[in-house]
Amino acid sequence: MIAIVDYGAGNLVSVKKAFDWLGQECAITSDPKHVAKATKVVLPGVGHFASTASLGRLGLQAAIADAIGRAVPFLGICVGMQWMFERSQESPETQGLGVLNGECERFPASVKSPHVGWNQLQVDPSSRLLRGVPSASFVYFTHSFRAPVSHAMVACCEYGGRFSAAVERGHLFGVQFHPEKSGETGLKILGNFCGL
Amino acid sequence: MLTKRIIACLDVDGGRVVKGVKFENLRDAGDPAELAREHSASGADEIVLLDISAAQERRATLLDTVRRAARQLFIPFTVGGGIRTLEDAAAVFSAGADKISINSAALADPTLIARIAERFGSQAVVVAIDAKRSKATSHWEAFTHGGRTGTRRDAVVWAQMAEYHGAGEILLTSMDRDGTGSGFDCELTRAVADSVRIPVIASGGAGGAEHFVEVFRDGHADAALAASIFHYGFSRLVDLKEQIGSQGISVRWPC
Repeated sequence: MIAIVDYGAGNLVSVKKAFDWLGQECAITSDPKHVAKATKVVLPGVGHFASTASLGRLGLQAAIADAIGRAVPFLGICVGMQWMFERSQESPETQGLGVLNGECERFPASVKSPHVGWNQLQVDPSSRLLRGVPSASFVYFTHSFRAPVSHAMVACCEYGGRFSAAVERGHLFGVQFHPEKSGETGLKILGNFCGL
Repeated sequence: MLTKRIIACLDVDGGRVVKGVKFENLRDAGDPAELAREHSASGADEIVLLDISAAQERRATLLDTVRRAARQLFIPFTVGGGIRTLEDAAAVFSAGADKISINSAALADPTLIARIAERFGSQAVVVAIDAKRSKATSHWEAFTHGGRTGTRRDAVVWAQMAEYHGAGEILLTSMDRDGTGSGFDCELTRAVADSVRIPVIASGGAGGAEHFVEVFRDGHADAALAASIFHYGFSRLVDLKEQIGSQGISVRWPC
C-alpha cells in the first residue's frame, strides 16, 4: 500500500485521486505505524516549508527516514521535494531531511513570484521516474521557492534561471511540480513511480 | 518557458452549466462533469466552476457536482460561489477542488483569505473581483453578490489588499465586458496585473483568439478565462490555442 503522508499541510485529495485512478491501493495517513508498513511513501506538501516541522512532532520524520533506510521508494511532491534538501530560505530555522545537499531558494526579483502555471521540463533520459516523458513536456507548477540545480537533478525547468524540477537518487524521488495536476504527463510519472 | 493559461469556466446553477450575458438571461449549456472532462481533453489548462445559484437550496448540489467533476480531472480545478467560511472551503477541498475562489465573503472579512491560506496554502486561494468601470471617476468599482451590489471599493486597491492577506491569484472579471464577446478589458487587467505580484486571470469578454492575444500582450494577464466561447462549439479550444500560439504567445501546446 502507498502511504500518502498527511502532516496538516493542505489538501491531499487530488494526490489520492490520481493514485486511485491508476488503480493503486493508497491511503492518506498521519500515523507513523502506517508509514512503517507502506510499500511506497509519498510526501506531498503545498504550504510553507516551516509546516514540515510537524513531521518531526508527529513522529513521521523518523518513520520516513526508517522507510528510506529500508529502500522503500519515496516520492516528495512540491514542498515534499524541497524537504529532501538540507534547508530552505523560506524558513531557515527549519531543518530539511537532508538526503540531498543544498538549500531551496527564492526566485530572483526579475520574475513574478509565485511561479504558477504550465512550464516545460528538460529531461535526463536516464531517469526512471520520468521514463517515457520527453523533454519539452508540460507540467503544472505552483511555488515561491525552488530547489537548486544538484547532482540528483533529472529534470530542470527555466524560470528566472534554471532549477531542479525533478530529482532522483536510488529509490528517492522528488518533483517540484504537481504530477496529480499535470494531465497525462503527470499520470505517466505517477504510474512510473507505482511501477518501481 | 512559463506559458499563458487558457481557463475554461463553468457557471453552474442547481447542478447544470448555464451561460448568460452580463450575469443575466441564463441558458442551459450542459452537465458540469462532462464539460469539465471535454474541456480538459481539448486542451484547457485549468477548469473553474462557479456556482451562481441565487437560491440557497440549489447550492446544496454543489459538493456533489464538485465530486463528480473532480473524479476524472487531472488538471487544476477551482471552485467558487457561496463560500463564506473556512468550513465551506474545507468541504469543497474535500470534494476534490484544488483551489477555491471567494468574492463577497472576502470583501466582508478579508481575514478569511488568510485563514484559508494558512490551512490550505496561498496557492489554493483565488480572490475573485467583479469590477465595473465607474462612469463618474476613472476607476473600477468592485461588486459583490454576482454583480448586484456595489461596494464603493476600488478594484485595484482591493486586489492589492487581497494579495496582502494571502491570496494566491486574482480572478478579475470585467462586468462591462462579461458575455459580450467584445474582448477583455485590457486597461482594467493591466491596472491590476501591474499592481500585484501574484498571477492575474482576466475574465469577461472573450470572443476570439485575438482577444486572448491582446489581454496577454497589452493587459499583462497571466491567464485568461472564458465560458460561452467554448460551450456552444463557437470556438474549439484546440484551434483557439493554436491561433494564440501562432501569434507569438507561449501556450501549452500540444498538451
